[in-house]
Amino acid sequence: MLARSCLRSTRLFNGARNGANTFTKRSFSTSGSGASTESPTKLNIAAVASTALAVGSVAWYYHLYGPTAHAMTPAEEGLHPAKYPWVHEQWFKTFDHQALRRGFQVYREVCMACHSLSRVPYRALVGTVLTVDEAKALAEENEYDTEPNDEGEIEKRPGKLSDYIPPPYKNDEAARAANNGALPPDLSLIIKARHGGCNYIFSLLTGYPEEPPAGAQLAAGMNFNPYFPGTGIAMARVLYDGLVEYEDETPATTSQMAKDVVEFLNWAAEPEMDDRKRMGMKVLTVTAVLFALSIWVKRYKWASVKSRKIVYDPPKASNNVRT
Amino acid sequence: MSALYNALFRNNFQMLGVVFASAFAFEMAYDTGMNRLWDNMNKGRQWKDIRSRYVEAEEEEE
Repeated sequence: MLARSCLRSTRLFNGARNGANTFTKRSFSTSGSGASTESPTKLNIAAVASTALAVGSVAWYYHLYGPTAHAMTPAEEGLHPAKYPWVHEQWFKTFDHQALRRGFQVYREVCMACHSLSRVPYRALVGTVLTVDEAKALAEENEYDTEPNDEGEIEKRPGKLSDYIPPPYKNDEAARAANNGALPPDLSLIIKARHGGCNYIFSLLTGYPEEPPAGAQLAAGMNFNPYFPGTGIAMARVLYDGLVEYEDETPATTSQMAKDVVEFLNWAAEPEMDDRKRMGMKVLTVTAVLFALSIWVKRYKWASVKSRKIVYDPPKASNNVRT
Repeated sequence: MSALYNALFRNNFQMLGVVFASAFAFEMAYDTGMNRLWDNMNKGRQWKDIRSRYVEAEEEEE
């Protein structure tokens, strides 16, 4: 009996494709050939079973392919930073070089203890944040290897403008050993290298809570920061109000320092930005004028074509025509 | 009008000379004008605007 009803339900499935008419026909025909006539109860059971099968298969398919698959949990993804209205990110604005100078001061007094800035030479700072004399004085504070002398010995010499800012550690292993196994990343391109750019770095620097929220799991020696992917970051909060004394007497609040150092790091990642935007403005202006000109020329050339009127003038019906 | 045409475009070499010279002149004028506009839009933000503070300060120290 069960087997029969199952058979019937599969047949119903086939019949459904052809529409209700064939279904009724078939039920009539089977009832004609078979001895038993289908009772309404059996038909209802068949309909319920097929519907359940259809709904079930759709639900199973959705369960398998429907929901978006995320590789990471939200905690592993990190909190997405808010968008801040950075002036230097506007189309026609340069970096604020006063802020760059403050940011460089923050980098030198705070970040430089752990983070290198290995792709920025002292000469790049000249004419951007420092005068020539200041940059030379800074470069001379460090020692660099010389070329081998006549006896093949490598000696030390004071730094020059063409030298790069020295890293705080000799190599990555030394950096890891000094930082509990964590490697402080090089900051030269960090703004370009992180999703969210300026917003992310600013949020990271200012986003350390007083204490980790209840239930947050932290490995030993780690600090909680919701913006950092995984929320456990080896770097502790470093920026506190009044940590740095700015030479231009700007109040050194945490957010002020973070903002300045983020703008400085943006400069380190994109030192060409000022020139690029100025060139872009020139190109956009000329292109806009040429575009408008080309539209005018097109309309001018097409004016005679567009305003032309083609008229069919039928010959007048004359009385001479025989019908 | 025809005098202008005769003076500038009568011969091909004349026309070429005019084109090159006017391109050169336009480039200079356009660059100067746009740079001035740019400096005006970014007043106080660029290094050349704040440079004087640090250069003078150093001269006083010396």
